Amino acid sequence: MNVNLRVWRQPSDTKKGHFEDYEAHNLNTNMSFLEMLDVVNEDLTLTGRQPIAFEHDCREGICGSCSLMIDGEPHGPEGKVATCQTYMRSFKEGDLITVEPFRSKAFPVIKDLIVDRSAFDRIIQSGGFVSVSTGSAPDANAVLVPKSSADMAMDAAVCIGCGACVAGCKNSSAMLFVSAKAAHLNSLPQGQPEKDVRVLNMVEQMDKEGFGNCSNTYVCEAVCPKGISVDFIAKLNRDYAIASVRTKILGR
Amino acid sequence: MDLNGKTPAGPLSQKWDNYIRDSKLVAPSNKRKYEIIVVGTGLAGASAAASLAELGYKVKSFSYHDSPRRAHSVAAQGGINASKNYRNDGDSVHRLFYDTIKGGDFRARESNVYRLAQVSSNIIDQCAAQGVPFAREYGGLLDNRSFGGAQVSRTFYARGQTGQQLLLGAYQALSRQIGLGAVESFLRHEMLDLVIVNGHAKGIVTRNLVTGEITTHAADSVVLATGGYGNAWYLSTYGRLSNATAIWRAHKRGAYFANPCYTQIHPTCIPVSGDYQSKLTLMSESLRNDGRVWVPKNKEDTDKLPASIAEEDRDYYLERKYPSYGNLAPRDISSRSAKEVCDEGRGVGPGGLGVYLDFSDAINRLGREKIEERYGNLFDIYKEITGESAYDQPMRIYPAIHYTMGGLWVDYELMSNVPGLFVIGEANFSDHGANRLGASALMQGLADGYFVLPYTINTYLATTKEKRPVKTQDEFVTTEKQAKEQIDRLLAIKGTRTVNSFHKELGKIMWDYCGMERTKEGLEKALQLIPALREEFWKNVNVPGDEEELNQALEKAGRVADFLELGELICRDALERAESCGGHFRAEHQTDEGEALRDDDHFSFVSAWEYGNGAGPKIHKEPLVYEEVHMSQRSYK
Repeated sequence: MNVNLRVWRQPSDTKKGHFEDYEAHNLNTNMSFLEMLDVVNEDLTLTGRQPIAFEHDCREGICGSCSLMIDGEPHGPEGKVATCQTYMRSFKEGDLITVEPFRSKAFPVIKDLIVDRSAFDRIIQSGGFVSVSTGSAPDANAVLVPKSSADMAMDAAVCIGCGACVAGCKNSSAMLFVSAKAAHLNSLPQGQPEKDVRVLNMVEQMDKEGFGNCSNTYVCEAVCPKGISVDFIAKLNRDYAIASVRTKILGR
Repeated sequence: MDLNGKTPAGPLSQKWDNYIRDSKLVAPSNKRKYEIIVVGTGLAGASAAASLAELGYKVKSFSYHDSPRRAHSVAAQGGINASKNYRNDGDSVHRLFYDTIKGGDFRARESNVYRLAQVSSNIIDQCAAQGVPFAREYGGLLDNRSFGGAQVSRTFYARGQTGQQLLLGAYQALSRQIGLGAVESFLRHEMLDLVIVNGHAKGIVTRNLVTGEITTHAADSVVLATGGYGNAWYLSTYGRLSNATAIWRAHKRGAYFANPCYTQIHPTCIPVSGDYQSKLTLMSESLRNDGRVWVPKNKEDTDKLPASIAEEDRDYYLERKYPSYGNLAPRDISSRSAKEVCDEGRGVGPGGLGVYLDFSDAINRLGREKIEERYGNLFDIYKEITGESAYDQPMRIYPAIHYTMGGLWVDYELMSNVPGLFVIGEANFSDHGANRLGASALMQGLADGYFVLPYTINTYLATTKEKRPVKTQDEFVTTEKQAKEQIDRLLAIKGTRTVNSFHKELGKIMWDYCGMERTKEGLEKALQLIPALREEFWKNVNVPGDEEELNQALEKAGRVADFLELGELICRDALERAESCGGHFRAEHQTDEGEALRDDDHFSFVSAWEYGNGAGPKIHKEPLVYEEVHMSQRSYK
């Protein structure tokens, strides 16, 4: 098959970007979208042009590196997959496919299709952990975890930190990302002691990074490659409200 | 010269206690005066960086990724072993130790493996306390599953994403230390070289992958946790960025490379579908708990729909050949058996390079819902890639390069022969011998990072007289200059072939001549082909773009240049080891039944290669001494 590409090219964060058009020929429908870009890049290199910069690593939907906006949709048309799991069988012969980076004020473009998502790391650093230094843990079966809690924690913990939720949201809100980590840890007995301070700190850091507010459009859930539920946002709001009241009464 | 692994004295079960009792300590108030560089943020690197910072050391953490969480440990699916014996099924430290030694075909260092089994329990405790959402039973206790090479249920898991969850645990522990200012994190930084001062590892050279800036970092000690080198074969289950550059350049600065030919070829991967293929995807070995592996008995049936092939016309070859382990035979044995039946012309799917992994019995027995609960995400992955549903027809699987047991040589303290250079996780060679059992990579990475290195590194720091240098010293200036020169050289060639085309060609040589089955003739041929390809690379590669920008082709060119050197060493080691053991199968050395035939009289040693610097590599041997274990021919029948 053959497709036409319209790709965002931008040399660096300080320089202006623009779209460039390319043709991709002799593709196989079993190719992944990234393998198609590999083919285009080989061609660009051999014809003396600059290959397109994009992030990728595991190519099996778990590392969260790949981050392409394909025809206006984070990770492309398939839904519930990462860009690397998008296959050319989702497109038709002769399609014009527009490829852009994950755009957000909090995710500045580094080059072409690569953006800086370090804001997510800083949110985790502010409270997305359980404070347990190596060596001080009790026997793993000493703390019982109801299966329903473990399952709920796991449903939230599957987040791959790709940023599709932010890229898809008209407000560039990071609420799904933040709420997933908060729900993962707050659902477990191990996460209880730091529950309040965790949500307060993570939300504060999220606001500092320049992410927008949530206005309940639920696009984040629709574009999340792991299908993480917006119910976690409701849980975060509840945990945040309780934490705020408690800290105001008890003093932090 | 024989190498000394520095195994402590005393009975096997007391060696680690004895080591800790006698080890040197650094006083709490002195720890902040020491700086430690940790390269890599996978399970080993992140757990080490976090644990060392918790102890009070100043840590600098490096990763070429945009976030520590992207390291390829994230992709491990199945689980992590620990000798908790929560199942009451007869497990013990000794049994986990013995299974690991036997699984490695008696080519691992006994004392290291025993210690691994000892600390395995602590890992589960630590991770559960961090909030790793392990699978639970209704009573709230931890659940287990079985894995290949073991007859007990000792594998802990978090759905099919155990690696992801364990890595997130370590990443969060590391993030906490970064937030506290105890770890300085350098992301999108690639290590290009190791700086040696007076024979000690005291720093690294890095390239900032965004700006292209090359700079040096000085420290009291350097820890490499940079993973394996399976991408030398091009197609593998590794992340596309995984590479050998850090360990290879450390090797070129003097660190010995041990057992490079020990490679794991995983039996359950999705088969290759075309020439454009960029990587192979693993289907977790846990699938073999409920899936049955088979091919048609008759060649003529390979094109038929699997459901139309009668039961008596199917060959469940693992169950037939290894009745006591059946479909859970170790990885090397399962992979080679798959190759065997495909070589006989009984393979299925495109090119006849595939075997069936069939769940129909399990679905009939347990119901589709149960299978969905256990393996749902894996079945989804399979469907995304192949467009086929494994609920309705058997999966097609084929072996692929998955893990490298070889790596930089380390002693019992996980220190290489270069003082001050520690190597942990897959990057070292120490614990898996010639074959790694399933669910043991996560165990080793975290054992090294959480529970071994934080003890052993103190000994070096407390006793060394080599203090942290300043980076204006000659050694730093020279090493930095050499790294820059290589980059200039790569950019100046402007040839006619892409970096990727060289990588692909190398991979094909490696797979054809140093894959599941190796022969003297084949390896000798590879040893001619690889240097020729390397020569062409340095004359004819085309690296577009500039040095002072984000340049992915340039990054890859440096890594492929290293694979072109390492590939040759892998083949040389495979040629030198004229025996079969674990994943290293030399066709000339097999039993009448086609099993690996070890030669303990001549090859019961670790091959540790010294970089030859033009003169060819030089082998050093560490004899493998077994105090506790009786070496036997592995039998899974």
